[in-house]
Amino acid sequence: MTASPSDRRGEFAAGAFTILPLLVAVVPFGLLLGTLAAQKGLSPLETALMGATVFAGASQFVAVEIWTTPPAVALLAATALMVNLRHVLMGAAMAPHVRGWSRGATYGGLFFMADEIWAFALRRGAETPLTPAYYLGLSLPLYLGWVATTTLGAVFGGVLQDPARYGLDFAFTAVFLTLLVSLWKGKRTFYPWLAAALAAVAAHQLLPGVWYIALGGLAGTLVGACQGPAARGVVSGEATDAA
Amino acid sequence: MQLDLLHVDPLVLAAIAGMAAATYFTRFIGYWLVRHRPVSGRLAGALEAVPGALLTAIIAPMALATGPAETAAATLTVLLALRLPLVVAVAGGCLAVVVLRAVLG
Repeated sequence: MTASPSDRRGEFAAGAFTILPLLVAVVPFGLLLGTLAAQKGLSPLETALMGATVFAGASQFVAVEIWTTPPAVALLAATALMVNLRHVLMGAAMAPHVRGWSRGATYGGLFFMADEIWAFALRRGAETPLTPAYYLGLSLPLYLGWVATTTLGAVFGGVLQDPARYGLDFAFTAVFLTLLVSLWKGKRTFYPWLAAALAAVAAHQLLPGVWYIALGGLAGTLVGACQGPAARGVVSGEATDAA
Repeated sequence: MQLDLLHVDPLVLAAIAGMAAATYFTRFIGYWLVRHRPVSGRLAGALEAVPGALLTAIIAPMALATGPAETAAATLTVLLALRLPLVVAVAGGCLAVVVLRAVLG
């Protein structure tokens, strides 16, 4: 793919302009995550490092929720893997749009594949070829904004003494409920979620620790496997094209 | 309270590195796999169900089995999220849980 520097600047600006409204929405979540991280004893630098290297909101909220001192390294890594499994499907759907990209741009770009960036990149790719410059325009503002706001939250969140007083112990549940609302796809999602909820509540009553997360997730995933793929899945359509 | 801004614990660093490696793995492997064969059938159904199932499992004990205040606030959060920006729904849910805990005990 050949492009002049001014083309690249234009593409970058177009991507950055597209992501700007979302950046505003990310600020409170970043501050909240930083605050919750500080409650669990993470320092601002540790929080910044997590945001900069993981860059995946949902899994960071989960990690902070199940965080212990000292941290359970293997459990945290395994949980991040499970929470982020959706990226496997998202990455498969990206394949046709990055075919002209260099190897470095492709594997570098996939590092930034957060849900919002992925969604905007695919929307762009449906209209006009997706360039690395446009993708970087989408990624960089959100990435810098995420690291900055989570760090700020950690700096000032440590001062807050009793999070339950402000309902902050419920904030994490509320964030995930809103994510679930945006994931809802009717009957296809109802049965896996019902299985996950029942298994999780039962495991939470009967077993110690956070086993309820893995068992609930597994129950829902098995129901999803029995249902099979959606009639017109992103992956089955796009992947055949890429293969 | 002493704020140690730049403190980094080796075990914390290891946990963050593990999370980062796991996350990057999920981000590149899907792209890498479809060069060989498309994901379809039960595997696609399972992968599609994973995020929702996990999120549900994580919040179910708090939302359904903690108390009436939490369950009511969770319901309100969902109703708000259907109509309003997600940030507003989260703020409303947190406010509701504070008020409901005070009222319901």
